[in-house]
Amino acid sequence: MHNKTITELAKGLRDKEYSSVELTQAYLDRIKKHQELNCFITVAEDTALEQAKLADSQLASADAGLLTGIPIAQKDIFCTQGIKTTCGSKMLDNFTAPYNATVIEQFNAAGAVMLGKLNMDEFAMGSSNETSFYGAVQNPWDTSTVPGGSSGGSAAAVAARLSPAVTGTDTGGSIRQPASLCGITGLKPTYGRVSRYGMIAFASSLDQGGPMARSAEDAAILMQAMAGFDKKDSTSVDKAVPDYSAGLNNSLEGLKIGLPKEFFGEGLNSDIAAAIETAVNEYKKLGAEVKEVSLPNMKLAIPAYYVIASAECSANLSRYDGVRYGYRCDDPADLNDLYIRSRGEAFGAEVKRRILMGTYALSAGYYDAYYIKAQKVRRLISNDFSNALSEVDVLMGPVSPTTAFGIGAKTSDPIEMYLADIYTIAINLAGLPAMSLPAGLVDNKPVGLQVIGDYFSEDRLLNIAHKYQQVTDWHQQTPKGFE
Amino acid sequence: MSLTTDEVKKIAYLARLGIDETDIDAYASDLSNMLDLMTQMGETNTDDVKPMAHPMDQMQRLRPDVATENNQRENFQSIAPQTEAGLYLVPKVLD
Repeated sequence: MHNKTITELAKGLRDKEYSSVELTQAYLDRIKKHQELNCFITVAEDTALEQAKLADSQLASADAGLLTGIPIAQKDIFCTQGIKTTCGSKMLDNFTAPYNATVIEQFNAAGAVMLGKLNMDEFAMGSSNETSFYGAVQNPWDTSTVPGGSSGGSAAAVAARLSPAVTGTDTGGSIRQPASLCGITGLKPTYGRVSRYGMIAFASSLDQGGPMARSAEDAAILMQAMAGFDKKDSTSVDKAVPDYSAGLNNSLEGLKIGLPKEFFGEGLNSDIAAAIETAVNEYKKLGAEVKEVSLPNMKLAIPAYYVIASAECSANLSRYDGVRYGYRCDDPADLNDLYIRSRGEAFGAEVKRRILMGTYALSAGYYDAYYIKAQKVRRLISNDFSNALSEVDVLMGPVSPTTAFGIGAKTSDPIEMYLADIYTIAINLAGLPAMSLPAGLVDNKPVGLQVIGDYFSEDRLLNIAHKYQQVTDWHQQTPKGFE
Repeated sequence: MSLTTDEVKKIAYLARLGIDETDIDAYASDLSNMLDLMTQMGETNTDDVKPMAHPMDQMQRLRPDVATENNQRENFQSIAPQTEAGLYLVPKVLD
C-alpha cells in the first residue's frame, strides 16, 4: 500500500480494498519499523486510529472527499490541540497547544488522518535538521547523510514511504532543499496563499507552509486543502483558489523557461548542473523554449536574508519568556534571571546565534546600516525577479548546490551551512512560489530541479511539474530498503 | 567587522538570553563572520530604493472593534508554568 499515490489510495478506500483504519495501521507499523530514521517527534497513534474510524464511517455514507481517510503527517511547527507541538525545541518540549493551526483544521475538515508530528530544525532554523532538540534525522537514501532542513523529518518520511504526503514550511528553502536532498516533490506557495495562523513564527514576512509529496499530482491534492484566505492571518491574501488538479495535463507547448545565469556559476556541483541540463532538455521536448536570464542582485540574497530573518526571529522569539507557556528554569532569583536562564537553558546554539544577530541588527545605531539596508536590497532582488518573469513564464535551476551531505559535516561552520540555501533564499525574499522536483541521481543521491513561477501561479507550476513526471520516473525512485 | 566579547555580552543581555561564559568567544567569532557577510550589501547603491518590508505590499486589514473570541483564560493558563487566582506568577518585582 505504501507505494500507492493518494489518488490510488482514495480509490482503494472507496472500492473497500482496505479501510482507513487498516491503511493507517499499516503506516503506523511502517513508522515503527523505521524509527531509527528519527522522522517523527510524536506519533499520534491513538488519535490517528480514531480519525481513521471516523473517516471509515464517512466513506461508508459517501460523504467523503479525496483526502477522507488518507494518512498524512504534519511538520511539528503546526499547533495541534491536545497533541504536543515542539517546533523541534526544548523550549516547547512540554507544550500542548490550546488550539489548532488553520492548516490542521483544513486537513481535519478534509477528513485526513494525522499520523503524527514530524522532526525539524529547532524553530525551523537550519538546513540539515541537525539543530533539532530531538536529534538529527537520517536521509533514507544514505543514512549517514542529512535529509536537509528545516523540514527534514517531513522529507525523509515521504522518501521512506512512512506517510503518503506531509506538510512543510519554507522560510529560506525549508521545503525545497529537503525535498531535493530526499528525492521528493515539494511546493513552497506564494507568500500569503496558505494561512500562517497557528504555524509557529520564525520570520513572519518569509514563512510559508506548503505540501511535500511523492508527485506533483499528490502535492496538488494537498495544496487544494491548504490554500485559501484566512481572516485569522493578517497577511493572508484574499484571492480565489483555483482547482490545482484540473490543469495538470495542460500542454507545455510554447512555455518560456528562463535559466538565471547566476544559478549556474561557481559552487555548483558539475554533476548536478548536468542533471539540471538534462531536465531542461526534457522540457524542450515537451515544447518549451529556453533562454538565459539574469538576476543581477542574487549574490546579495544571503546577506539580506540573514539580516531580515534574524531580525524577525529575534522579535518573534521574544515571546518565549518562561512566564506563560513553555520551559521555565528552576528557582529564578528575580524576573531578569527568569527570562535569561529560561531562554538560555532551552534554546539551542543556532537559535541563539540568530537571536543575537537579529538583536544586534535591530539595535540603536545599527538599524539603518543592517535592517533598512537589507530591506532595500530585498526590493532590488524582488525587482530582478519581476524583470526576469516579464520575459519568461518560469525560471529553472538547481535547488541545492550539492546533494545530501554527511551528518556533522557542516555543523561547525554556520556560514557554510547558510550557503546550502543559496538558490532558494531569494525566492522567499520576493515571496514567489517555487517547487523542487526529483530530476536525477548523482552517486545514488537525489538531485532537485527548482521551478520558480510568478505570484499565485501554483496551478501552472504543478502542471509543469506533472508533465515532467509523466515523461520521467525520477519521482518514482525509492531508496534501497524502503521499497 | 568584528564583535568583542563585551559586545556579545551586551547583546545577549538586551535579548535576555543566557549564554555560557565558555561559549562567548565562539559566538563573537560566528557573529563577526556573519557581519562580514552582511557588509557585502554596502557595495550596492540603494539610495533611491524604498525598503521592502513585505512581499505583497498590502495594507493591514481592519475589522470592527467587537469581541469575537470567548474568554479562554483557564484553557491558556493550564499550560503556564505557574499561575494563581487567574494570574501568571513571576518572582517578586517590587519589595
